[in-house]
Amino acid sequence: MGRLDTGRILVTLAVIMFACLAYVPTILREGDIVFALTDVYLYETMINGLLLGGVLALLSLGLNLIFGVIDVVWICYAEVVMLGMYAIFYCHTVFGLPLIPSMMIGIALTAVLGYAIHYLVIRHLVNAQPINQLLATGGLLFFFQSAATLAFGIEFRNLGVSLGSFALIQDIYVSWARLAAFATAAVCVFALYLFLTRSYMGTAIRAISQDREIMTLMGVQQGRMYLMTSAIGGGLAGLAACLLVLQYDVHPFVGLSFGPIAFMICVLGGLGNMVGGFIAAFIFSELIALGGYHFDIEWGYVFAFVFFIVMMFVRPEGLLGKRS
Amino acid sequence: MLALSGVDAGYGTFQALFGCTLEVRTGEAVAVIGPNGAGKTTLMRVISGLIPARSGTMTMQDLDLVATPPHNIIRLGIAHVPENRRLFPRMTVEDNLRMGAYIPMARARFGERLEFVYDLFPRMRERRNQLAGTLSGGEQQMCAIGRALMSGPKLLLLDEPSAGLAPVVVERIFELIRVIRERDLTVLIVEQNVQQVLQVVDRAYVLEAGSIRMSGSAQELSDNEEVRRLYMGL
Repeated sequence: MGRLDTGRILVTLAVIMFACLAYVPTILREGDIVFALTDVYLYETMINGLLLGGVLALLSLGLNLIFGVIDVVWICYAEVVMLGMYAIFYCHTVFGLPLIPSMMIGIALTAVLGYAIHYLVIRHLVNAQPINQLLATGGLLFFFQSAATLAFGIEFRNLGVSLGSFALIQDIYVSWARLAAFATAAVCVFALYLFLTRSYMGTAIRAISQDREIMTLMGVQQGRMYLMTSAIGGGLAGLAACLLVLQYDVHPFVGLSFGPIAFMICVLGGLGNMVGGFIAAFIFSELIALGGYHFDIEWGYVFAFVFFIVMMFVRPEGLLGKRS
Repeated sequence: MLALSGVDAGYGTFQALFGCTLEVRTGEAVAVIGPNGAGKTTLMRVISGLIPARSGTMTMQDLDLVATPPHNIIRLGIAHVPENRRLFPRMTVEDNLRMGAYIPMARARFGERLEFVYDLFPRMRERRNQLAGTLSGGEQQMCAIGRALMSGPKLLLLDEPSAGLAPVVVERIFELIRVIRERDLTVLIVEQNVQQVLQVVDRAYVLEAGSIRMSGSAQELSDNEEVRRLYMGL
C-alpha cells in the first residue's frame, strides 16, 4: 500500500472518529438523532475547540521551528511562555503600561530569552547526545519554575482584562479572547510560512535544517542562524503568552498545563514539520473540547493522550513526518 | 592562485593528510587522483575550511586560508561542490541555487548569476520549480555545480563529480567541466575516474595514503607506466 493511500485512509478514519465522538454520545444519551444533529451547545463546543486549536498551533510553532532547524527539543518552551506571561502581567498591572505595549515588551523579552538560552546553554550542546540536550533543557524548565516562584511567589495572578464574548448565531457564544487568539495564530502561521518560503533568511533556515554543514560552504555562519532561530522561537513563545494571559491565570507552574500538550502536538505532527503540527493542534483541541462537553474536561485530556499513544504505535514518525 | 604547503589534517586521532603541498595557478585545471581512502575528500574539506588544518600553510591569492573562518572561505572566491552533491533535497532547484548566492556580493547580482547558470545548464531552467531530491543523478550534479557557480567563484573545487553516475552521464559531466573552463574559471578536481579526468585538466597530483606521491602534466601522468597500471587498469 502506497504512502498516499495510508494518508487517505487515516484522513477518512479521522473524519469518522470525529463524527462518532461528536454525535454518538449525545445520540446515546438522548436517544434522538435529530436532537444530536441540532444541538447548538455541541456546535459551540466544536467552534471553541477550533479556536483553542489556534492557540495550541501557535504554542507548538516555535517549538517546531527550533527543533526543525537546530535539532534540539526545548523541554522548557512552556516556561518561556510562562515568563512572557509574567512580563506582560507586570508591565500592565504593576507598572501600569497599556496592554498592547506590555505585550510588545513581553514578546521582546522572550525573544531575548530565546537568544540567551541558545547562547548560554544550547550552543554548547548542538552536537551532543540528544539525551544530554533533553537533560539540559529539562534542567532549564525547573530553573525557570523555581526562579519564577522565588521572584513572583506562587499566587495565581490575572490581568483582570476580559474581552467578553459575542453571539455568533442564536445560542452560540464565542469568546473574543479565543477568537483573537485564533486569528493571531492564523496570521502568524501564514506570516512564518511566507518568511520561510519567500525571504532569503527563511530559505536559509529551511536549508540549514536539511544540511547543516553545507550551509557553511554557502557562507552562512551556522551559529548566527541558530541564534536568530532561537530568538524567533522565543518571540513566538512571547506571542503565545500574549494570547494565553488573556484567558488564564499566571503562576510559576502554568507551563505544566500546556507544555506537555505543545510537545505532543509537535511529535504527532512530525517533529519539525510545521504543517503537521498545525493539523495536530486542531485534532488535540477538538478531542479536548468534545471530551469535555460529553464527559468532563479531564476526560478530554485522557482522550487526547490515548489518541497520541495509539498514533505513536500506528505512525511513530508523526502525521506528516518523514520515515527514518 | 591556491597554494598549500606541508598541510596535515585528520579527524580526531586519525590523521588523513601528511604534509601535502600543491599549487593551482590562475586559469588552470588541476586534478588530484588516487585510490579510495587516500585523503582526496579530506584535502577538499581542508581547503574549504570544513576541517581545520593541523599544520602547514594555505593561501588563496596570498590571503591566509588557515586563519579564515569556514563561512568566509566562499568570500575569498572558493566554491566547493561536495562529494555526493549534498543538495537540499526538499527545496526547489531555484531555492538551491538561491542558497549558492547567499553571500551579499553574490546576492546583489543574483539575477545575473542565475541567468549564467541557466545558460550553462538549460535543463536547470526547465526544472527550476522541481524539488532537488527528485532530480536524476546527472541533474543533481548539474544543480550542485550550478549552486557553487552562483557565488561567482574564482576557484571551483569539484569532489568526485562523476561518482555514482551512469557512463553516458559521466561523459556529459566531463564535457560540462570543459565548458566551465572556457568561462575563465580555475578548477581543482578530485576524481577516481583517472582516464577521463586527465583529458580535461592541465596538471594532476597523485595522492596516496595522505601524501602527494607524484605530480606532473596530464600528458606526463597519462604516459606514466605506474599511473596507467594502478589507476587506469591498462
